[in-house]
Amino acid sequence: MAHLDQKRIRNFCIIAHIDHGKSTLADRIIEKTGLLTRREMQDQVLDNMDLERERGITIKAQSVRIVYTAKNGEEYIFNLIDTPGHVDFNYEVSRSLAACEGAVLVVDAAQGIEAQTLANVYLAIDHNLEVMPVINKIDLPSADPDRVVNEIEDVIGIEAMDAPRISAKNGINIEEVLEQIVEKIPAPSGDADAPLKALIFDSLYDSYKGVIIFCRIFDGYVKKGTNIRMLATGATAEVVETGTFGAGRFVPCEELSAGMVGYITASLKNVKDTTVGDTVTDADRPCAEALPGYKKAQPMVFCGMYPSDGARYPDLRDALEKLQLNDAALSFEPETSVALGFGFRCGFLGLLHLEIVQERLEREFNLDLVTTAPGVVYRVHTTDGAVIELTNPSNLPDPSSIDYMEEPFVSAEIMVVTDYVGAIMQLCQERRGIYKSMEYMEATRALLKYDLPLNEIIYDFFDALKSRSRGYASFDYEMKGYVRSELVKLDILINREEVDALSFILHKDTAYERGRKMCEKLKGEIPRHLFEIPIQAAIGNKVIARETIKAMRKDVLAKCYGGDITRKRKLLEKQKEGKKRMRQIGNVEIPQKAFMSVLKLDEE
Amino acid sequence: MRKNLSLYVHIPFCVKKCIYCDFLSFEAGQDFCRLPGNERKQYLHALCMEIMSYRSVSDRYMINTVFIGGGTPSILMPGDISLIMATIRSVFKLRPDAEITIEVNPGTLDAEKAEEYIRLGINRISIGLQSVHEEELRMLGRIHNYDQFMASFQTAREAGFHNINVDIMSALPKQTIHSYLETIEKVLKCSPEHISAYSLMVEAGTPLSEDEELIAALPEEDAERKMYEATGILLQAAGYRRYEISNYAKEGYACRHNIVYWSLGEYLGFGLGAASFFEGRRFSNTRDLLLYLHTVCDGAVKEQRPEALRRLLQKIQIRDEDVNTERLMEEYMFLGLRMMKGVSAEDFYTYFGHSLYEVYGEVIKRHIRTGLLLDEGGIVRLTDRGIDVSNVVLSDFLLDP
Repeated sequence: MAHLDQKRIRNFCIIAHIDHGKSTLADRIIEKTGLLTRREMQDQVLDNMDLERERGITIKAQSVRIVYTAKNGEEYIFNLIDTPGHVDFNYEVSRSLAACEGAVLVVDAAQGIEAQTLANVYLAIDHNLEVMPVINKIDLPSADPDRVVNEIEDVIGIEAMDAPRISAKNGINIEEVLEQIVEKIPAPSGDADAPLKALIFDSLYDSYKGVIIFCRIFDGYVKKGTNIRMLATGATAEVVETGTFGAGRFVPCEELSAGMVGYITASLKNVKDTTVGDTVTDADRPCAEALPGYKKAQPMVFCGMYPSDGARYPDLRDALEKLQLNDAALSFEPETSVALGFGFRCGFLGLLHLEIVQERLEREFNLDLVTTAPGVVYRVHTTDGAVIELTNPSNLPDPSSIDYMEEPFVSAEIMVVTDYVGAIMQLCQERRGIYKSMEYMEATRALLKYDLPLNEIIYDFFDALKSRSRGYASFDYEMKGYVRSELVKLDILINREEVDALSFILHKDTAYERGRKMCEKLKGEIPRHLFEIPIQAAIGNKVIARETIKAMRKDVLAKCYGGDITRKRKLLEKQKEGKKRMRQIGNVEIPQKAFMSVLKLDEE
Repeated sequence: MRKNLSLYVHIPFCVKKCIYCDFLSFEAGQDFCRLPGNERKQYLHALCMEIMSYRSVSDRYMINTVFIGGGTPSILMPGDISLIMATIRSVFKLRPDAEITIEVNPGTLDAEKAEEYIRLGINRISIGLQSVHEEELRMLGRIHNYDQFMASFQTAREAGFHNINVDIMSALPKQTIHSYLETIEKVLKCSPEHISAYSLMVEAGTPLSEDEELIAALPEEDAERKMYEATGILLQAAGYRRYEISNYAKEGYACRHNIVYWSLGEYLGFGLGAASFFEGRRFSNTRDLLLYLHTVCDGAVKEQRPEALRRLLQKIQIRDEDVNTERLMEEYMFLGLRMMKGVSAEDFYTYFGHSLYEVYGEVIKRHIRTGLLLDEGGIVRLTDRGIDVSNVVLSDFLLDP
């Protein structure tokens, strides 16, 4: 049987710093290949989730298959694999890259190389991709393409003299990009007759088709009826359908063979069976070894998520299960809080991932959530030599049984305009950063390297960075490992009762400040009660901060409503309803927003 | 035996709307009372038609209290109130000792009107003073000043009113404890039989609620609290008895009409938006003036029979469908506890055939513990502290569905 000729296939991705025009270029490429008319084009074809559109970032890797007739008269199949643009999704990026032979590197003609550009380029080079630079936004008044070409050659060390100079926004020179893709990006070179070896770079759950595996075929072929096996998870299934990616829809095809990018459906019910990075093979004729680089997605940030209405706990569980079908990186397990009742301890790749999940739960599943302060995974070494991976501060063992604790550190690279180097260094210092090095990339730009505790950057580090550099800084990090640290658990006591949902772990030097801010914030959020309520922050038995909510003195309806009883009733009903929405700790009623407010201590 | 019934008549017009007011009332302008305006005439006509539509059921009742409120009833022309009272008397039988109140605002009452009211058997007058300070009054958008109030008060006395209420307000923008005490002092000098002392509430949708400057000028919590406390102390020292959260009266002058509301007595409300609790149902008229006028006037032309007109009126009423025993129990409690005499377990049993403790034992016990309720031999009432934070207690008397 004749398989598709690999020479006519180009598998590539587009990499760029945020805002350098990746999605716009993808739109133009799709447009120029003629599969869609201008009218059919949504503004950004690839970003098809609402949330992505609003945030202007790509969350899940998506791909599209297009047909390009080159100047030499030949038709080529382009598989454009979109990569998520945020550091939280680094692993997904790396798997998407592994599915390609080349990467189109988009660099802004005015801004030049940014930290994220570098991070992505290095990742691409690591995967042996042919990096093909493109200078975008040449029509901007501040564009300086020659300088950027030099920068690319000097800093990255790749040829950039003949890089297409384009404006994706205005459709200038897009053909040149397409031609260079044909010329410069190598065709795949797998063996269609070898046993099936395919890389899962994404998967999606569809309620009709089950799990849809997005994959790149390296060797062999797969078609309806093939018994496939996932090497890492061991899951097996019979293929129901194979196909390729049209713009925004699935197009079934006879088979997927070496070099191709497409999807497989195989009546799999759980996306966990098809984790990103895993190798798909033919169960009856398996390949000798798996593709390299598989890693289980490792949640880095944890928080508790509770339904505001306790009765909706089962709904929350169902919603998390549904989200997990599409998001293998999301983890959750049931937990119970004295303050918040039944909920889940959820793990995320990072804070952005957390926010996205939270927003989807609220938006798509109509859930009202209370989340606890996000934290990282600490390692607790107990005196008897055991090591506990701690995701929930409430589970911290008694201090007397703790030998020492460790917290995760990241290696961070911050690219910043030299004017703000001082401000950023100060910020890193405040966040307990350990200075590593500083390199001048050129006269106006420096690359700062710091080791930072992960728990110091998961809250608002991005925002602080932006505000202190007026936006002229970018940031990338990777996990470095665990470092021994003086960590303490800060407890909040309301009316002398410990509120488990408000406890968290932090460095002892920041505990006082944080404790004070939390008490202040809670004082403003908890309504007055019939009695005085002390709010205390404590480490162990030692109170380090205290505020007091004075007793309520007056709450009376001294207004004339005449015979309109309904109005009086409504007022009391509202009061009662408000009470219902509170969480009872001892005899104190705490509004749900109080739990959320302490997450935003640094806003003012 | 005829059952007791109370009547409320709503006059939804004012010279000028106060900035804090969220009652149903239209600004009619200074000349309203002088102009033989169509709107006024139509409204009176509709009002009387509505009253007459009860002719077929009225012989089952004896009218205990009548309250003509607003708006500003005294904005009407001489003769207008006579028409209303004559209509009421032609349809309903009034007790010889019925309490008949009319609300007036200073600046709209003159001797002619006051004498008319007395002739009609109106025996109680309620004057909206709010404050004796011109600046505070102006800020609220009230049309009168203290001198006009004094003139109205004198006019009422001279005409023969022996039962006068004065409304005062605390927690006004820019009000100080000092200025509030002055208001109380001056009111006490007039020696009215009844004083209603309200706190200003900022209601959504009123001009006040959108006036950031005034909102910012509202007294601090502590000052407001002191005003509220001073009210109780000063009025009670002057011989007024607090019989409800916001109401004080000399012995024998508690407002019987209000007590009907608070003890689940039956009442009919006539006029735009007026609320009724009648034959076990709560309902209120439409708040749409044109709809009200058209329905009643057109209906009156087509339908001569009172029952038919009543049925027509029911179509533009907003009916509270949910009145059931539980709701009535809740209301019995959250209204009854507003009165200082409290709720008696015996009366509760007589009304509902259920024991008070069977329904509310737990709530009562809890709030005896919090010190907000007292139970003295089957009489449950708010403590002083309970009055201050009464919403906390009263909302607990709402039963879970």
